[in-house]
Amino acid sequence: MSYSDELLFDNIDEPNLKSIEVYEQRGGYDELKRVLRELPPETVLNELQASGLRGRGGAGFAMGTKAGFLPKGDMDKYLCCNADESEPGTFKDRELMQKNPHQLIEGMIIASFAAGINKAFIYIRGEYEDQADVLEAAAKEAYDKGYLGENILGSGFGVSLVVHRGAGAYICGEETALLDSLEGKRGNPRLKPPFPANAGLFQGPTLINNVETLSNVAHITKMGGAKYAEIGTEKSTGTKLVSISGCVQKPGNYEIELGTPSRELLFDLAGGPLPGREFKAWFPGGSSSPVLTPAEFDLPYDFDSIAAAGSMLGSGAIIMIDDSVSMVDVALRTAKFYKHESCGKCTPCREGTSWTVKMLQRVEDGLATPMDLDIIESVCDQIMGNCLCVLGDAMAMPVSSMVKKFRPEFEAHIEAARLKRTPLDEATLADELNLAEMATSA
Amino acid sequence: MTREARRFEDTIPQLADTPVPDDLKAWIIDRMEMYPDKKSAIIPCLMAAQKTHGWLSPEAVDQVAAVMKLTPAQLVSVASFYDMFELEPSGNRTIYMCTNISCMLRGADAVMEELERQVGVKNGGVSEDGIFLRNFECLGACDIAPMASVDGHFVGPLTVEDAKTLVEDIRAGREVLAKKQLSRRPVAATLWQNGGRAEGYDVSEGGES
Repeated sequence: MSYSDELLFDNIDEPNLKSIEVYEQRGGYDELKRVLRELPPETVLNELQASGLRGRGGAGFAMGTKAGFLPKGDMDKYLCCNADESEPGTFKDRELMQKNPHQLIEGMIIASFAAGINKAFIYIRGEYEDQADVLEAAAKEAYDKGYLGENILGSGFGVSLVVHRGAGAYICGEETALLDSLEGKRGNPRLKPPFPANAGLFQGPTLINNVETLSNVAHITKMGGAKYAEIGTEKSTGTKLVSISGCVQKPGNYEIELGTPSRELLFDLAGGPLPGREFKAWFPGGSSSPVLTPAEFDLPYDFDSIAAAGSMLGSGAIIMIDDSVSMVDVALRTAKFYKHESCGKCTPCREGTSWTVKMLQRVEDGLATPMDLDIIESVCDQIMGNCLCVLGDAMAMPVSSMVKKFRPEFEAHIEAARLKRTPLDEATLADELNLAEMATSA
Repeated sequence: MTREARRFEDTIPQLADTPVPDDLKAWIIDRMEMYPDKKSAIIPCLMAAQKTHGWLSPEAVDQVAAVMKLTPAQLVSVASFYDMFELEPSGNRTIYMCTNISCMLRGADAVMEELERQVGVKNGGVSEDGIFLRNFECLGACDIAPMASVDGHFVGPLTVEDAKTLVEDIRAGREVLAKKQLSRRPVAATLWQNGGRAEGYDVSEGGES
């Protein structure tokens, strides 16, 4: 059932596709011209809604619906393209921006036209220096050709575009933190509501979409929303870029039809496990998705099937873990990342991620008891749903899923590491016990 | 005007007694005009100043503050949030080695150890010849795991031997690991059809953890 025609990756490696000449030779910007000439904004919005396109950044919210939330009327409205791709395991937007920046820009212009937006920004993570250079060059080309700026192609519609570089903070991929960062502040998430559609960037109505989502827009208006909705499954329409990494033979970005069996992605596309090894666990949607096991290889890869299995499709980043890897290492590395990236605003996340790392380190060092595993799960439970944003949940979900699904491995690790304890470890442990006793007797 | 407000403004460095390199000043002024609110330009302008000075020295921050007419305290409060700002002296060449999950699974820790040996500093250190080495969270290139960013250019997949070549290339002023530059890598479907080889890019050997 796999969809054979590529949309986003069509001719992606054509030499110099990133230049406007080559992009136009391949029909680029023809769709923008047609839309501005023939379609009223409401029709474009209707096509986007009919397509069923769901956000490709992680949350999977319907893009057309989101664009429809923006108030009508004459005021400054903003589009922020979220190019802060920082979820571990995700690298699809990088490829799109580096190789086909005009596909994104054309999509952004059409989306802006549909939602009545006059100021657009691409917030790209600071580490993507080469990709930001490509985007800046592409934006300049589009300005020179009259596709950006005021009164585009004589249509009376105008939108500006600024490529804005971040400076290294995972949290800025969270949409309200992105807005604060774009306003020149520390990237702390905001309380919602108000939602960005009403009060976003500079307190104006703001639409925030992922690179891959916006790159789809011109394809959707071109083929028609209904036609696009025929690709994929009923509730997960279209193609998806899947970033496959970790312990596989052929890591990389693959464009698939949503609903393709996961096994096909992992074995046919990514080439299966490395020689002599077997898969043990996998993250189906970035490092913040609860891990799945080989028992779930036959799940169709779409938003709802992965959610029904207790995980999430997220950004479409699959990380494979094989039998040579300790789940304790994976859990610890995952937790350390979120601890480092917690902005510190909400207590459950700031303290919860920090204590989870400490407890997992005790597991690693053989200083833990199986009871620590219960405490880890309880801490994770108390982070979830209790913060302004989902960064804390993003650690709690995978870590607690690892402890739950691989508990015997964690317990075996505790026992094995305990037997290897050194006199120094014993002294540390004795100190801790003394402190605990003093605390209880005081 | 209240007294407090005057004192607050007094902490903004005056352009008259803060020399700012002409191109940096012009860049900051241009950048401020791109946004409805000039404060949006804070992060890009601090980055430009960091590129000019090598790190966000107090002088660098004062220069941005003077041109933007903001207090240095506000700028530093923003800068300290982000990983890429260096508030202490740094090197003129930068290696970010990814040690996050996908790279860890493919042997990043061993590559990092070798990098530390070759550069001659521990994580976060600057060598005498100005190479800054630190581990970094996921850089968004897990297809070439384990990978590193050298002055913003991504290279991988790295073997332990590559770590040595990488540092030698930096010291010799050559392009770093020319055969492993991400910019030359085609998309996965094309690359693997050709056994991991493409024009100017080759991972057909090595890359295994």
